[in-house]
Amino acid sequence: MIEFKDVSLVYPNGFKGLKNINLKIEKGEFVVIVGMSGAGKSTLIRSINRMVQPTSGQLIVNGRDITNLKDRQLRGLRTNVGMIFQSYNIVKRMSVLRNVLAGRLGHTGTLRSILGWFPQSDLQLAMRNLERVGIDSKAYQRASNLSGGQQQRISIARVLTQEPAVILADEPVASLDPPTSHKVMKDLKKVSKEDGLTTIVNLHFIDMAMEYADRIIGLRDGELVFDGPISEVTPETFVEIYGRPIKEDDLLGKDDEPEEVDLEDVVK
Amino acid sequence: MSSNKSANENNGKRSGRISLTSTVLKVKMLLIIAVVVTLYILAVIATDSNPIRVIEGFEHIWNFVKDDLFPPNLDYFTRVWEPLLETWNIAIFGTTFGALLALPVSFLAAGNITTNKYLYRIFRFIFNIIRTVPEVILAVLFVALVGIGDVSGILALTVLTVGIIGKLLSESIESIDPGPIEAIQASGGNKLQVIRYAVLPQVLPQYVSYTLYSLEINVKASVILGFVGAGGIGIILRQQLAMFNYDRVATIILTIFIVVTIIDFISNRVRERLE
Repeated sequence: MIEFKDVSLVYPNGFKGLKNINLKIEKGEFVVIVGMSGAGKSTLIRSINRMVQPTSGQLIVNGRDITNLKDRQLRGLRTNVGMIFQSYNIVKRMSVLRNVLAGRLGHTGTLRSILGWFPQSDLQLAMRNLERVGIDSKAYQRASNLSGGQQQRISIARVLTQEPAVILADEPVASLDPPTSHKVMKDLKKVSKEDGLTTIVNLHFIDMAMEYADRIIGLRDGELVFDGPISEVTPETFVEIYGRPIKEDDLLGKDDEPEEVDLEDVVK
Repeated sequence: MSSNKSANENNGKRSGRISLTSTVLKVKMLLIIAVVVTLYILAVIATDSNPIRVIEGFEHIWNFVKDDLFPPNLDYFTRVWEPLLETWNIAIFGTTFGALLALPVSFLAAGNITTNKYLYRIFRFIFNIIRTVPEVILAVLFVALVGIGDVSGILALTVLTVGIIGKLLSESIESIDPGPIEAIQASGGNKLQVIRYAVLPQVLPQYVSYTLYSLEINVKASVILGFVGAGGIGIILRQQLAMFNYDRVATIILTIFIVVTIIDFISNRVRERLE
Protein backbone atom coordinates (compact mmCIF):
# COMPACT_ATOMS: atom_id res chain seq x y z
CA MET A 1 0.00 0.00 0.00
CA ILE A 2 3.02 2.29 0.52
CA GLU A 3 5.95 1.79 -1.77
CA PHE A 4 9.18 3.76 -2.11
CA LYS A 5 10.81 3.23 -5.51
CA ASP A 6 14.33 4.62 -5.50
CA VAL A 7 13.24 7.72 -3.58
CA SER A 8 15.87 10.38 -2.87
CA LEU A 9 15.51 13.76 -1.27
CA VAL A 10 18.08 16.54 -1.40
CA TYR A 11 17.32 19.63 0.67
CA PRO A 12 17.86 23.07 -0.91
CA ASN A 13 21.06 23.47 1.14
CA GLY A 14 22.47 20.35 -0.51
CA PHE A 15 21.94 18.02 2.46
CA LYS A 16 20.94 14.55 1.32
CA GLY A 17 17.94 13.56 3.47
CA LEU A 18 17.16 10.28 1.72
CA LYS A 19 19.37 8.22 -0.58
CA ASN A 20 17.72 5.79 -3.02
CA ILE A 21 15.19 4.32 -0.63
CA ASN A 22 13.37 1.17 -1.74
CA LEU A 23 10.72 0.01 0.63
CA LYS A 24 7.30 -1.61 0.70
CA ILE A 25 4.89 -1.39 3.60
CA GLU A 26 1.74 -3.52 3.60
CA LYS A 27 -1.69 -2.57 4.89
CA GLY A 28 -2.10 -2.94 8.66
CA GLU A 29 1.61 -3.17 9.49
CA PHE A 30 2.99 -1.45 12.58
CA VAL A 31 6.43 -0.32 11.47
CA VAL A 32 9.00 1.45 13.60
CA ILE A 33 11.78 3.44 12.00
CA VAL A 34 14.96 3.72 14.06
CA GLY A 35 18.15 5.65 13.56
CA MET A 36 20.17 8.45 15.10
CA SER A 37 18.97 12.02 14.84
CA GLY A 38 19.72 13.30 11.37
CA ALA A 39 19.54 9.81 9.86
CA GLY A 40 16.45 10.75 7.83
CA LYS A 41 13.64 9.27 9.94
CA SER A 42 11.53 12.44 9.84
CA THR A 43 12.27 13.02 6.18
CA LEU A 44 11.14 9.49 5.32
CA ILE A 45 7.90 9.79 7.25
CA ARG A 46 7.10 13.28 5.99
CA SER A 47 7.63 12.20 2.39
CA ILE A 48 4.61 9.93 2.68
CA ASN A 49 2.20 12.85 3.29
CA ARG A 50 4.34 15.22 1.25
CA MET A 51 5.16 17.58 4.09
CA VAL A 52 8.55 17.36 2.37
CA GLN A 53 9.06 16.90 -1.35
CA PRO A 54 11.19 13.96 -2.63
CA THR A 55 13.53 15.12 -5.38
CA SER A 56 13.61 11.87 -7.35
CA GLY A 57 12.03 8.43 -7.48
CA GLN A 58 8.42 7.31 -7.11
CA LEU A 59 6.39 7.08 -3.95
CA ILE A 60 3.23 5.03 -4.33
CA VAL A 61 0.47 5.42 -1.74
CA ASN A 62 -2.73 3.46 -2.36
CA GLY A 63 -1.67 2.66 -5.90
CA ARG A 64 -0.90 6.21 -6.85
CA ASP A 65 2.37 8.10 -7.27
CA ILE A 66 2.13 11.03 -4.90
CA THR A 67 5.37 12.85 -5.71
CA ASN A 68 3.68 15.35 -8.02
CA LEU A 69 0.27 15.91 -6.47
CA LYS A 70 -1.09 19.47 -6.49
CA ASP A 71 -3.37 21.35 -4.05
CA ARG A 72 -6.66 19.49 -4.02
CA GLN A 73 -5.17 16.04 -4.64
CA LEU A 74 -2.51 16.72 -2.03
CA ARG A 75 -5.19 17.59 0.54
CA GLY A 76 -6.98 14.39 -0.46
CA LEU A 77 -3.80 12.40 0.23
CA ARG A 78 -3.33 14.08 3.60
CA THR A 79 -6.93 13.40 4.57
CA ASN A 80 -6.12 9.72 4.06
CA VAL A 81 -2.75 9.85 5.86
CA GLY A 82 -2.96 11.14 9.44
CA MET A 83 -0.04 12.45 11.44
CA ILE A 84 1.03 12.61 15.09
CA PHE A 85 3.81 14.95 16.18
CA GLN A 86 6.45 15.09 18.89
CA SER A 87 5.09 18.37 20.23
CA TYR A 88 1.42 17.27 19.90
CA ASN A 89 0.59 20.34 17.76
CA ILE A 90 -2.77 20.94 19.35
CA VAL A 91 -4.18 24.40 20.06
CA LYS A 92 -3.72 24.73 23.82
CA ARG A 93 -6.36 27.44 24.23
CA MET A 94 -9.03 25.40 22.49
CA SER A 95 -11.19 22.75 24.16
CA VAL A 96 -10.18 19.10 23.89
CA LEU A 97 -13.25 18.25 21.79
CA ARG A 98 -12.69 21.10 19.35
CA ASN A 99 -9.09 19.98 18.89
CA VAL A 100 -10.27 16.46 18.11
CA LEU A 101 -12.92 17.73 15.67
CA ALA A 102 -10.18 19.57 13.77
CA GLY A 103 -9.33 16.10 12.49
CA ARG A 104 -12.53 16.24 10.41
CA LEU A 105 -11.51 19.35 8.45
CA GLY A 106 -10.37 17.40 5.41
CA HIS A 107 -13.83 15.80 5.23
CA THR A 108 -15.77 19.01 5.90
CA GLY A 109 -16.67 21.79 3.47
CA THR A 110 -14.89 25.12 3.99
CA LEU A 111 -18.01 27.14 4.84
CA ARG A 112 -19.36 24.52 7.23
CA SER A 113 -16.05 24.23 9.05
CA ILE A 114 -15.52 28.01 9.26
CA LEU A 115 -18.93 28.32 10.94
CA GLY A 116 -18.21 25.29 13.13
CA TRP A 117 -21.24 23.36 11.87
CA PHE A 118 -19.97 19.82 12.18
CA PRO A 119 -22.52 17.05 11.62
CA GLN A 120 -23.68 15.33 14.81
CA SER A 121 -22.10 12.11 13.51
CA ASP A 122 -18.68 13.83 13.55
CA LEU A 123 -19.20 14.88 17.16
CA GLN A 124 -20.19 11.32 18.07
CA LEU A 125 -17.08 10.02 16.33
CA ALA A 126 -14.85 12.53 18.11
CA MET A 127 -16.31 11.68 21.50
CA ARG A 128 -15.99 7.94 20.86
CA ASN A 129 -12.32 8.36 20.01
CA LEU A 130 -11.73 10.42 23.15
CA GLU A 131 -13.30 7.54 25.03
CA ARG A 132 -10.95 5.05 23.36
CA VAL A 133 -7.89 6.96 24.63
CA GLY A 134 -9.51 7.45 28.03
CA ILE A 135 -9.95 11.24 28.19
CA ASP A 136 -13.62 11.65 27.25
CA SER A 137 -14.32 13.14 30.68
CA LYS A 138 -12.06 16.08 29.73
CA ALA A 139 -13.85 16.85 26.44
CA TYR A 140 -14.89 20.38 27.34
CA GLN A 141 -11.74 21.37 29.20
CA ARG A 142 -9.06 23.57 27.75
CA ALA A 143 -6.34 21.41 26.21
CA SER A 144 -3.70 23.33 28.21
CA ASN A 145 -5.21 21.97 31.45
CA LEU A 146 -4.19 18.43 30.52
CA SER A 147 -0.86 16.72 31.16
CA GLY A 148 1.66 15.97 28.39
CA GLY A 149 0.57 12.37 28.03
CA GLN A 150 -3.08 13.41 27.86
CA GLN A 151 -2.26 16.10 25.28
CA GLN A 152 -0.63 13.48 23.08
CA ARG A 153 -3.79 11.39 23.50
CA ILE A 154 -5.81 14.36 22.21
CA SER A 155 -3.72 14.24 19.08
CA ILE A 156 -4.21 10.48 18.78
CA ALA A 157 -7.99 10.98 19.11
CA ARG A 158 -7.74 13.75 16.49
CA VAL A 159 -5.94 11.53 14.03
CA LEU A 160 -8.44 8.68 14.60
CA THR A 161 -11.33 11.10 14.02
CA GLN A 162 -9.74 11.90 10.69
CA GLU A 163 -10.42 8.23 9.78
CA PRO A 164 -7.23 7.78 7.77
CA ALA A 165 -5.84 4.56 6.34
CA VAL A 166 -2.30 5.40 7.43
CA ILE A 167 -0.94 7.01 10.60
CA LEU A 168 2.48 8.61 10.62
CA ALA A 169 3.93 9.30 14.07
CA ASP A 170 7.05 11.46 14.22
CA GLU A 171 8.76 10.79 17.59
CA PRO A 172 5.38 10.68 19.36
CA VAL A 173 6.78 10.06 22.85
CA ALA A 174 10.05 12.01 22.75
CA SER A 175 8.62 14.77 24.99
CA LEU A 176 7.19 12.36 27.59
CA ASP A 177 8.67 10.59 30.62
CA PRO A 178 9.33 6.81 30.37
CA PRO A 179 6.16 5.46 32.09
CA THR A 180 3.91 7.86 30.15
CA SER A 181 5.76 7.02 26.94
CA HIS A 182 4.87 3.36 27.38
CA LYS A 183 1.22 4.12 28.08
CA VAL A 184 0.90 6.35 25.02
CA MET A 185 2.65 3.78 22.79
CA LYS A 186 0.35 1.05 24.09
CA ASP A 187 -2.68 3.21 23.30
CA LEU A 188 -1.37 3.97 19.83
CA LYS A 189 -0.68 0.31 19.09
CA LYS A 190 -4.06 -0.76 20.46
CA VAL A 191 -6.14 1.66 18.40
CA SER A 192 -4.16 1.14 15.22
CA LYS A 193 -4.60 -2.65 15.48
CA GLU A 194 -8.31 -2.27 16.27
CA ASP A 195 -8.89 -0.13 13.20
CA GLY A 196 -6.46 -2.08 10.99
CA LEU A 197 -4.43 1.05 10.27
CA THR A 198 -1.01 1.06 8.66
CA THR A 199 1.17 2.79 11.23
CA ILE A 200 4.68 4.12 10.79
CA VAL A 201 6.40 5.42 13.91
CA ASN A 202 9.77 7.12 14.36
CA LEU A 203 11.47 6.22 17.61
CA HIS A 204 15.03 6.62 18.72
CA PHE A 205 14.86 4.30 21.75
CA ILE A 206 15.84 0.78 20.79
CA ASP A 207 13.96 -1.05 23.52
CA MET A 208 10.74 0.82 22.74
CA ALA A 209 11.07 -0.01 19.08
CA MET A 210 11.50 -3.71 19.93
CA GLU A 211 8.56 -3.72 22.28
CA TYR A 212 5.95 -2.25 19.95
CA ALA A 213 7.06 -2.87 16.37
CA ASP A 214 6.00 -5.67 14.03
CA ARG A 215 8.83 -4.66 11.79
CA ILE A 216 11.91 -2.49 12.14
CA ILE A 217 13.39 -0.21 9.51
CA GLY A 218 16.85 1.13 10.20
CA LEU A 219 18.15 4.33 8.66
CA ARG A 220 21.68 5.67 8.73
CA ASP A 221 22.80 8.83 6.90
CA GLY A 222 19.70 8.74 4.70
CA GLU A 223 20.24 5.14 3.67
CA LEU A 224 18.16 2.08 4.45
CA VAL A 225 20.50 -0.20 6.43
CA PHE A 226 18.02 -2.65 7.91
CA ASP A 227 14.51 -3.84 7.13
CA GLY A 228 12.94 -6.86 8.70
CA PRO A 229 10.55 -8.30 11.30
CA ILE A 230 11.67 -8.03 14.92
CA SER A 231 12.42 -11.76 14.95
CA GLU A 232 15.36 -11.06 12.63
CA VAL A 233 16.77 -8.28 14.79
CA THR A 234 20.01 -9.07 16.65
CA PRO A 235 22.10 -6.82 18.90
CA GLU A 236 24.45 -6.37 15.95
CA THR A 237 21.57 -4.92 13.94
CA PHE A 238 21.48 -1.80 16.11
CA VAL A 239 25.26 -1.49 16.08
CA GLU A 240 24.93 -1.45 12.31
CA ILE A 241 22.08 1.10 12.33
CA TYR A 242 23.74 3.42 14.81
CA GLY A 243 27.22 2.89 13.39
CA ARG A 244 28.63 2.61 16.92
CA PRO A 245 28.25 0.46 20.05
CA ILE A 246 24.90 0.84 21.84
CA LYS A 247 24.87 3.05 24.93
CA GLU A 248 22.56 3.41 27.92
CA ASP A 249 21.15 6.59 26.33
CA ASP A 250 19.75 4.62 23.42
CA LEU A 251 17.38 2.83 25.79
CA LEU A 252 14.31 4.35 27.36
CA GLY A 253 13.81 1.70 30.04
CA LYS A 254 10.80 -0.22 31.27
CA ASP A 255 7.80 1.32 32.97
CA ASP A 256 9.21 1.13 36.49
CA GLU A 257 12.95 0.42 36.28
CA PRO A 258 14.30 2.91 33.83
CA GLU A 259 17.95 2.19 34.65
CA GLU A 260 18.80 -1.48 34.42
CA VAL A 261 18.05 -2.74 30.95
CA ASP A 262 20.45 -5.07 29.21
CA LEU A 263 20.43 -4.95 25.44
CA GLU A 264 20.78 -8.75 25.36
CA ASP A 265 17.46 -8.99 27.20
CA VAL A 266 15.68 -6.48 25.04
CA VAL A 267 16.77 -8.17 21.83
CA LYS A 268 16.24 -11.72 23.10
CA MET B 1 42.62 22.59 43.04
CA SER B 2 46.21 23.60 42.42
CA SER B 3 45.70 23.81 38.66
CA ASN B 4 42.72 26.06 39.24
CA LYS B 5 44.80 28.40 41.32
CA SER B 6 47.53 28.68 38.73
CA ALA B 7 44.92 29.43 36.06
CA ASN B 8 43.62 32.30 38.16
CA GLU B 9 47.12 33.64 38.61
CA ASN B 10 47.68 33.46 34.88
CA ASN B 11 44.54 35.49 34.27
CA GLY B 12 45.65 38.07 36.78
CA LYS B 13 49.04 38.48 35.16
CA ARG B 14 47.64 38.72 31.66
CA SER B 15 46.30 42.25 31.56
CA GLY B 16 46.10 43.74 35.03
CA ARG B 17 42.73 45.44 35.52
CA ILE B 18 39.84 43.89 33.57
CA SER B 19 37.17 46.25 32.25
CA LEU B 20 33.59 45.02 31.79
CA THR B 21 33.03 47.03 28.60
CA SER B 22 35.44 47.07 25.68
CA THR B 23 37.29 50.27 24.76
CA VAL B 24 35.60 50.35 21.36
CA LEU B 25 32.14 50.33 22.99
CA LYS B 26 33.15 53.13 25.39
CA VAL B 27 34.29 55.37 22.52
CA LYS B 28 31.09 54.63 20.59
CA MET B 29 28.87 55.47 23.56
CA LEU B 30 30.74 58.74 24.21
CA LEU B 31 30.35 59.74 20.57
CA ILE B 32 26.61 59.01 20.61
CA ILE B 33 26.13 61.04 23.80
CA ALA B 34 28.12 63.94 22.30
CA VAL B 35 25.96 63.93 19.15
CA VAL B 36 22.68 63.87 21.13
CA VAL B 37 23.77 66.72 23.43
CA THR B 38 24.88 68.78 20.42
CA LEU B 39 21.47 68.28 18.78
CA TYR B 40 19.74 69.54 21.93
CA ILE B 41 21.94 72.64 22.05
CA LEU B 42 21.39 73.35 18.36
CA ALA B 43 17.62 72.99 18.84
CA VAL B 44 17.64 75.50 21.71
CA ILE B 45 19.66 77.99 19.66
CA ALA B 46 17.56 77.55 16.50
CA THR B 47 14.17 77.99 18.21
CA ASP B 48 15.28 80.47 20.85
CA SER B 49 13.33 78.50 23.43
CA ASN B 50 15.35 77.58 26.44
CA PRO B 51 14.35 75.90 29.73
CA ILE B 52 14.26 79.27 31.53
CA ARG B 53 11.52 80.55 29.24
CA VAL B 54 9.51 77.37 29.87
CA ILE B 55 9.81 77.82 33.62
CA GLU B 56 8.79 81.47 33.36
CA GLY B 57 5.78 80.37 31.30
CA PHE B 58 4.43 78.29 34.17
CA GLU B 59 3.13 81.46 35.79
CA HIS B 60 0.96 82.25 32.78
CA ILE B 61 -0.41 78.72 32.74
CA TRP B 62 -1.23 78.90 36.43
CA ASN B 63 -2.93 82.28 36.01
CA PHE B 64 -4.98 80.95 33.09
CA VAL B 65 -6.19 78.00 35.14
CA LYS B 66 -6.87 80.09 38.28
CA ASP B 67 -8.53 83.15 36.72
CA ASP B 68 -10.08 81.94 33.45
CA LEU B 69 -10.90 78.25 33.78
CA PHE B 70 -11.90 78.29 37.44
CA PRO B 71 -14.69 77.95 38.46
CA PRO B 72 -16.16 75.79 35.68
CA ASN B 73 -19.70 76.62 34.60
CA LEU B 74 -21.43 73.39 35.69
CA ASP B 75 -24.83 74.49 34.32
CA TYR B 76 -23.33 74.26 30.88
CA PHE B 77 -23.08 70.46 31.28
CA THR B 78 -26.66 70.11 30.03
CA ARG B 79 -25.30 71.26 26.65
CA VAL B 80 -22.14 69.12 26.79
CA TRP B 81 -23.49 65.60 27.15
CA GLU B 82 -25.12 65.43 23.75
CA PRO B 83 -22.01 66.19 21.67
CA LEU B 84 -20.12 63.97 24.10
CA LEU B 85 -22.42 61.08 23.22
CA GLU B 86 -21.78 61.87 19.57
CA THR B 87 -18.03 61.65 20.20
CA TRP B 88 -18.51 58.27 21.88
CA ASN B 89 -20.61 57.05 18.95
CA ILE B 90 -18.00 58.16 16.45
CA ALA B 91 -15.35 56.32 18.46
CA ILE B 92 -17.34 53.11 18.82
CA PHE B 93 -18.40 52.94 15.17
CA GLY B 94 -14.90 53.80 13.96
CA THR B 95 -13.44 51.10 16.22
CA THR B 96 -16.01 48.49 15.15
CA PHE B 97 -15.62 49.03 11.42
CA GLY B 98 -11.85 49.28 11.76
CA ALA B 99 -11.60 46.08 13.80
CA LEU B 100 -13.80 44.15 11.35
CA LEU B 101 -11.72 45.33 8.40
CA ALA B 102 -8.39 44.77 10.13
CA LEU B 103 -9.04 41.08 10.93
CA PRO B 104 -8.87 39.64 7.41
CA VAL B 105 -6.23 42.11 6.30
CA SER B 106 -3.95 41.16 9.24
CA PHE B 107 -3.62 37.63 7.84
CA LEU B 108 -2.50 39.10 4.52
CA ALA B 109 0.21 41.07 6.34
CA ALA B 110 1.49 38.06 8.32
CA GLY B 111 4.50 36.35 6.75
CA ASN B 112 3.68 32.88 8.09
CA ILE B 113 0.19 32.91 6.51
CA THR B 114 0.70 34.91 3.33
CA THR B 115 3.49 33.04 1.61
CA ASN B 116 3.33 35.29 -1.45
CA LYS B 117 6.17 37.72 -0.70
CA TYR B 118 4.81 40.60 -2.80
CA LEU B 119 1.30 40.45 -1.38
CA TYR B 120 2.75 40.34 2.12
CA ARG B 121 5.04 43.32 1.49
CA ILE B 122 2.27 45.39 -0.07
CA PHE B 123 0.04 44.99 2.99
CA ARG B 124 2.92 45.61 5.40
CA PHE B 125 3.68 48.77 3.46
CA ILE B 126 0.03 49.93 3.57
CA PHE B 127 -0.09 49.49 7.36
CA ASN B 128 3.13 51.44 7.78
CA ILE B 129 1.84 54.27 5.56
CA ILE B 130 -1.46 54.51 7.47
CA ARG B 131 0.36 54.80 10.75
CA THR B 132 2.52 57.69 9.58
CA VAL B 133 -0.58 59.84 8.87
CA PRO B 134 -1.84 61.69 11.98
CA GLU B 135 -5.57 61.25 12.65
CA VAL B 136 -6.22 64.99 12.22
CA ILE B 137 -4.90 64.81 8.66
CA LEU B 138 -7.14 61.78 8.02
CA ALA B 139 -10.10 63.73 9.37
CA VAL B 140 -9.32 66.76 7.20
CA LEU B 141 -9.14 64.45 4.19
CA PHE B 142 -12.49 62.84 4.91
CA VAL B 143 -14.17 66.19 5.72
CA ALA B 144 -13.03 67.32 2.28
CA LEU B 145 -14.37 64.09 0.75
CA VAL B 146 -17.74 63.58 2.46
CA GLY B 147 -18.32 66.94 4.16
CA ILE B 148 -18.56 68.13 7.74
CA GLY B 149 -20.14 65.77 10.27
CA ASP B 150 -19.95 62.42 12.06
CA VAL B 151 -19.42 60.31 8.95
CA SER B 152 -16.04 61.82 8.18
CA GLY B 153 -15.03 61.28 11.81
CA ILE B 154 -16.09 57.62 11.68
CA LEU B 155 -14.22 57.08 8.40
CA ALA B 156 -11.04 58.71 9.77
CA LEU B 157 -11.13 56.52 12.89
CA THR B 158 -11.86 53.40 10.84
CA VAL B 159 -8.67 53.95 8.85
CA LEU B 160 -6.73 54.79 12.01
CA THR B 161 -8.00 51.59 13.69
CA VAL B 162 -7.12 49.40 10.70
CA GLY B 163 -3.59 50.80 10.98
CA ILE B 164 -3.26 50.10 14.71
CA ILE B 165 -4.93 46.67 14.88
CA GLY B 166 -3.51 45.54 11.55
CA LYS B 167 0.04 46.23 12.60
CA LEU B 168 -0.26 44.72 16.09
CA LEU B 169 -2.36 41.71 15.10
CA SER B 170 -0.24 40.73 12.09
CA GLU B 171 2.77 40.71 14.42
CA SER B 172 0.86 38.54 16.92
CA ILE B 173 -0.07 36.15 14.12
CA GLU B 174 3.57 35.87 13.13
CA SER B 175 4.60 34.87 16.65
CA ILE B 176 2.07 32.05 17.21
CA ASP B 177 3.02 28.42 17.80
CA PRO B 178 3.42 26.99 14.26
CA GLY B 179 2.69 23.41 15.43
CA PRO B 180 -1.11 23.52 14.99
CA ILE B 181 -0.71 25.02 11.48
CA GLU B 182 1.43 22.03 10.55
CA ALA B 183 -1.12 19.66 12.08
CA ILE B 184 -4.09 21.10 10.17
CA GLN B 185 -2.13 21.13 6.92
CA ALA B 186 -1.06 17.52 7.48
CA SER B 187 -4.69 16.48 8.02
CA GLY B 188 -5.79 17.86 4.68
CA GLY B 189 -7.14 21.24 5.79
CA ASN B 190 -7.07 24.18 3.36
CA LYS B 191 -5.79 27.68 4.04
CA LEU B 192 -9.04 29.06 5.45
CA GLN B 193 -9.39 26.04 7.74
CA VAL B 194 -5.81 26.54 8.92
CA ILE B 195 -6.63 30.17 9.75
CA ARG B 196 -9.88 29.27 11.51
CA TYR B 197 -8.65 26.27 13.53
CA ALA B 198 -4.91 26.86 14.05
CA VAL B 199 -4.35 30.63 13.97
CA LEU B 200 -7.53 32.39 15.08
CA PRO B 201 -7.91 30.57 18.42
CA GLN B 202 -4.33 31.49 19.25
CA VAL B 203 -4.70 35.25 18.56
CA LEU B 204 -8.31 35.85 19.59
CA PRO B 205 -7.45 37.28 23.05
CA GLN B 206 -4.93 39.64 21.49
CA TYR B 207 -7.46 40.71 18.87
CA VAL B 208 -10.01 41.66 21.54
CA SER B 209 -7.31 43.42 23.55
CA TYR B 210 -6.08 45.45 20.57
CA THR B 211 -9.67 46.41 19.73
CA LEU B 212 -10.23 47.77 23.23
CA TYR B 213 -6.89 49.58 23.06
CA SER B 214 -8.00 51.16 19.77
CA LEU B 215 -11.25 52.24 21.42
CA GLU B 216 -9.26 54.06 24.12
CA ILE B 217 -7.19 55.84 21.48
CA ASN B 218 -10.27 56.59 19.34
CA VAL B 219 -12.22 58.23 22.16
CA LYS B 220 -9.34 60.66 22.66
CA ALA B 221 -8.79 61.10 18.93
CA SER B 222 -12.46 61.83 18.23
CA VAL B 223 -12.29 64.81 20.62
CA ILE B 224 -9.59 66.31 18.43
CA LEU B 225 -11.45 65.40 15.22
CA GLY B 226 -14.24 67.85 16.09
CA PHE B 227 -11.74 70.69 15.71
CA VAL B 228 -11.60 70.07 11.98
CA GLY B 229 -15.34 69.55 11.64
CA ALA B 230 -15.56 65.78 11.91
CA GLY B 231 -18.30 65.85 14.54
CA GLY B 232 -18.49 65.43 18.29
CA ILE B 233 -17.47 67.38 21.35
CA GLY B 234 -14.48 68.95 19.61
CA ILE B 235 -16.85 71.23 17.70
CA ILE B 236 -18.28 72.95 20.79
CA LEU B 237 -14.83 72.98 22.41
CA ARG B 238 -13.48 74.98 19.51
CA GLN B 239 -16.53 77.30 19.48
CA GLN B 240 -16.29 78.08 23.20
CA LEU B 241 -12.53 78.61 22.96
CA ALA B 242 -13.02 81.05 20.10
CA MET B 243 -15.57 83.00 22.16
CA PHE B 244 -13.30 83.05 25.21
CA ASN B 245 -16.00 81.31 27.33
CA TYR B 246 -13.36 79.74 29.52
CA ASP B 247 -15.78 78.69 32.27
CA ARG B 248 -17.59 76.59 29.66
CA VAL B 249 -14.31 75.33 28.23
CA ALA B 250 -13.43 74.19 31.75
CA THR B 251 -16.69 72.19 31.97
CA ILE B 252 -16.00 70.51 28.62
CA ILE B 253 -12.41 69.61 29.58
CA LEU B 254 -13.50 68.31 32.98
CA THR B 255 -16.20 66.14 31.39
CA ILE B 256 -13.80 64.73 28.79
CA PHE B 257 -11.26 64.03 31.53
CA ILE B 258 -13.74 62.08 33.66
CA VAL B 259 -15.23 60.12 30.76
CA VAL B 260 -11.84 59.19 29.25
CA THR B 261 -10.57 58.08 32.66
CA ILE B 262 -13.58 55.83 33.20
CA ILE B 263 -13.32 54.28 29.72
CA ASP B 264 -9.57 53.69 30.10
CA PHE B 265 -10.09 52.14 33.51
CA ILE B 266 -12.76 49.68 32.34
CA SER B 267 -10.87 48.84 29.17
CA ASN B 268 -7.64 48.23 31.07
CA ARG B 269 -9.38 45.95 33.54
CA VAL B 270 -10.93 43.88 30.77
CA ARG B 271 -7.62 43.66 28.89
CA GLU B 272 -5.78 42.48 32.00
CA ARG B 273 -8.19 39.56 32.27
CA LEU B 274 -7.53 38.53 28.67
CA GLU B 275 -4.10 37.10 29.69
